[in-house]
Amino acid sequence: MSEAYIYDAVRSPRGKGRKDGSLHEVTSVSLSAQILNAIKDRNNLDTTSIEDVIWGNVTQVGEQGGCLARSAVLASDFDEQVPGLAINRFCASGMEAVNLAANQIKGGAGQAYVAGGVEMMGRVPMGSDGAAIAVDPSLAMKTYFVPQGISADIIATEYGFSRDDADALAVQSQNRADVAWKDHRFDKSIVTIKDQNGLKILDHDEYMRPGTDMQTLGALNPAFQAMGEVMPGFDKVALLKYPHLEKIKHIHHAGNSSGIVDGSAAVLIGSKEFGEAHGLKPRARIRATAKIGTDPTIMLTGPVPVTEKILRDHGMAISDIDLFEVNEAFASVVLRFMQAFDVDQSKVNVNGGAIAMGHPLGATGAIIIGTLLDEMERSDKEIGLATLCIASGMGAATIIERV
Amino acid sequence: MTDFTYSVDADGVATITWDTVGKSMNVMNQQGFLDLEVHIDTALADDAVKGVIITSGKEGSFAGGMDLNIIAKMKESEGDNPAKGLFEGVMGMHAILRKIERAGMDPKTLKGGKPIVAALPGTALGIGLEIPLACHRIIAADNQKAKIGLPEIMVGIFPGAGGTMRLTRKLGAMGASPLLLEGKLNDPMKAKAAGVVDEVVPADQLLERAKEWVLNAKDADIVKPWDAKGYKMPGGAPYHPAGFMTFVGASAMVHGKTMGVYPAAKSLLSAVYEGSMVPFDTALKIEARWFTNVLMNPSSSAMIRSLFINKEALEKGANRPAVADEKVSKVGVIGAGMMGAGIALVSALAGIKVVLIDAKQEAADKGKAYTTAYMDKGIARKKATEEKKEVVLSLINATTDYSALKGCDLIVEAVFEDIGVKAEVTKKIEEIVGEDTIFATNTSTLPITDLAKASKRPEQFIGIHFFSPVDKMLLVEIIKGKATGDRAVAKALDFVRQIRKTPIVVNDARFFYANRCIIPYINEGIRLVTEGVAPALIENAAKMVGMPLGPLQLTDETSIDLGVKIAKATKAAMGADYPNDTVDEVLFWMADAGRLGRKANAGFFAYDDKGKRTGLWEGLGEKYSLSDTQPDLTEVQHRLLFAQVLEAVRALEEGVLMDIREGDVGAILGWGFAPWSGGPFSWLDMIGAPRAVEICESLTASHGERFTAPKLLHDMAAKNESFYERFGANQKAA
Repeated sequence: MSEAYIYDAVRSPRGKGRKDGSLHEVTSVSLSAQILNAIKDRNNLDTTSIEDVIWGNVTQVGEQGGCLARSAVLASDFDEQVPGLAINRFCASGMEAVNLAANQIKGGAGQAYVAGGVEMMGRVPMGSDGAAIAVDPSLAMKTYFVPQGISADIIATEYGFSRDDADALAVQSQNRADVAWKDHRFDKSIVTIKDQNGLKILDHDEYMRPGTDMQTLGALNPAFQAMGEVMPGFDKVALLKYPHLEKIKHIHHAGNSSGIVDGSAAVLIGSKEFGEAHGLKPRARIRATAKIGTDPTIMLTGPVPVTEKILRDHGMAISDIDLFEVNEAFASVVLRFMQAFDVDQSKVNVNGGAIAMGHPLGATGAIIIGTLLDEMERSDKEIGLATLCIASGMGAATIIERV
Repeated sequence: MTDFTYSVDADGVATITWDTVGKSMNVMNQQGFLDLEVHIDTALADDAVKGVIITSGKEGSFAGGMDLNIIAKMKESEGDNPAKGLFEGVMGMHAILRKIERAGMDPKTLKGGKPIVAALPGTALGIGLEIPLACHRIIAADNQKAKIGLPEIMVGIFPGAGGTMRLTRKLGAMGASPLLLEGKLNDPMKAKAAGVVDEVVPADQLLERAKEWVLNAKDADIVKPWDAKGYKMPGGAPYHPAGFMTFVGASAMVHGKTMGVYPAAKSLLSAVYEGSMVPFDTALKIEARWFTNVLMNPSSSAMIRSLFINKEALEKGANRPAVADEKVSKVGVIGAGMMGAGIALVSALAGIKVVLIDAKQEAADKGKAYTTAYMDKGIARKKATEEKKEVVLSLINATTDYSALKGCDLIVEAVFEDIGVKAEVTKKIEEIVGEDTIFATNTSTLPITDLAKASKRPEQFIGIHFFSPVDKMLLVEIIKGKATGDRAVAKALDFVRQIRKTPIVVNDARFFYANRCIIPYINEGIRLVTEGVAPALIENAAKMVGMPLGPLQLTDETSIDLGVKIAKATKAAMGADYPNDTVDEVLFWMADAGRLGRKANAGFFAYDDKGKRTGLWEGLGEKYSLSDTQPDLTEVQHRLLFAQVLEAVRALEEGVLMDIREGDVGAILGWGFAPWSGGPFSWLDMIGAPRAVEICESLTASHGERFTAPKLLHDMAAKNESFYERFGANQKAA
């Protein structure tokens, strides 16, 4: 079996996913194409050597519909010989693209892939592709469906995290992201997004709020309390699944949940032979991948069982991991991960995460793999693990090792 | 003999008049559907007929609904495949109603159909509204007393003759939801405001206006929006941005409200969702599939059996001895406390003369004031009038004078729960009233046979146990003492019928039937607390199995000192046989701490200043700390349910309960026993006696002898027999 290596990783800056966001004027196809072109240009790629572009994207309707991966390839400077595969595993789509590419290479199906994803959350709103699990009464009731914010609050209630715990994690995310930007730690991966005339549109993560403290966050109202307790009353559904709880504590709000942003990222993955043939130096080996399904009601606890699985399947221990990226979908997701594995916060999301910088759904999985690799190189760590919680109760993880 | 007649007038307007023989309100049966179809066919085929009016021959009503026995017939129609019989039967109804709706028009051009109008003189329920919904226009008489709606959900099914699909398409999912999911009934004006009926006219102009509409209707007027091109569901279909939120919310609300135990609401919602994304004829097929699914669910059959068929049978005197009419004309109510005041109220509302006696005039007046307050509230809500209030109040004579009791044919004694006090009152009254007077005691704890000892005429002495609050609770438990005769039973039953409540008749034994079953439920809940089970789990487990209140909340509502009182009295009565139990410890500890329940704003729950529950009391967790291992939900539910149903079985075994129908109906109406199950006996039939015994054995092994299966249940398990097979031969399930 071949090994799969990461040769490069790039990402766009994250723009606010709103009408006044800097990337709001950029189409999903254009942003994707710029990221593909960046990875091509930086590595001087002959794109005919690329077996496929696997592109994660969650809301595949409108401009993000119609196999966005193929559209992005055709809009880019890639050769038309390169096909394109659009995939959706909700928030882990970008990671699943990388994992799928790595496993294709390991299985001998091609020498090189570009894997990543995009989400223009300001242009194609989350949920606008519909979702039977939320709407189809048979399925919604079978799965005790509640929206993610409620799930995050169930985690906090079930595992005993307070509003202060969550806010403290959010403050730290903001501080760390601020330090990381000031220290130029993202420089290696960030691609400035430009218009057709080469004029700069965005070159930094604009969602961040440096200087956020406990007091600023304390002023925010819980975001999911009304839908939980009043209309339509999702807490009652949650308690049917978790009857030992008396009530759900609503601790999450806009400041300790991930930001809605536009963004894209790509990773170049290839076999050893691919690197040798094209004079590229591998930066890391993709040592292991895993995905798992879990309780769809609490929904967002997936990082724990998927990490247990990936370690078990590959004969590893949590202590083997030097550095973690756990997607900050909601503060309680990360808090639960650290609690379950007794991992110190100094090893987790050391350059901040989605609470500070935002979570462009289809791209985030690829972004955090790149961020993890950059930091492993900067701080000279050997093994890193990235993981995300996933809607409808799933989890995904990737372990990378420097070479 | 047909329930439908057909005539055509000189202007070519055909009238189909529905007039069910021998009923005060029209009821649809299988033959009725066939007859209706024949008349529709005739009208559509006759070139001289321009249009059709469907109306009723009953004054003040169109139809009360479907004869639910039709369901059993459909189930049997395909031999061993009841689902097929139901589905095809329902599709047959759809075909007839669809024929009305399409009215002979060309399905492509939508032209050439005949206008068909429903003219409703009044009440139109269930199929009585589903037929009008298939017509092209619904005109209702301005009859304030009429009720219009689809109450099917109340008996555990949903409107399955197109009502679900038509109403959601007419009003949108949001607009239709109170009508479908809550079974909300409206008077004609409100039904028009809700969009259910199209027009309300004075009663004497109903047919005239219907005819006028028929003669003036254009092709476009008779095309239903959902049959026209470009139809969009009001408020949006599920994947429309607005509809999306409605549907997400609807599932959550239904799920939360039904606690997942009522299949009908869930199936209804699925039918609406799936039906909203396809053309109408396909939608009807989807509705029929879900309707069949609900009817095949044992919960629906059990609910229909208990809440509809058997409840009505008991109300109509299924267990009444065959003696002459014993209708009450003048009742004496002794004791004007909460119970006495309530009994006076419901009696006066039924037009019965009431003598309300208390030792002090102000106490008697206070009892009567309860009726004043009740009527005032009714007036404020426009459910009563000043005139009605005067009439009702004039029927109640609040006095201290026992001689006013002369001429009473029934006495209901509701004085302090003390055998001595009651005996004294009994003797005193028997001196005054006539020899024919029946003497009833309203007691919840004292044995009737013992109380009857004070009576000169024990055969005329009986227990009538009202539940509190009397005006709200639907059940009345009638208790026969050892010597109680048939005329006393008939009197009590006729009285209960007059005051429009549902009776059960039981033999005398400690706590009779209802309290006998509910006390172990409360005790089991408290016992779970002492074992370190999370109180939230106890309360949620109870509610998730369909109990209206968890055992701890129920204790707070009924008050903890009442629990203490019952425990002490029981202990005194049972002596050495009284089980030494941790439950009493909790009750005494709480009572000593002044946590007497809701009335003290402190109990198992904490309350704010306004008396609103704020959550489980933290002190409970401090005294009984949570066990590291918590039982699973099912075990907690089994304990809470078996605590009740085993008492019901024992009551039957001991002859306290004489009719399982009373056991089931009484449980649901008396203490809210999981209505979805149809009652304790229906529930045991659902899981089967062998499985029930198995669960009992496992519970006994872990939790003690109180869960030992009674011999009766063992016998039934050995024969794999059900309660309704063994005891209810003539009481078939729907």
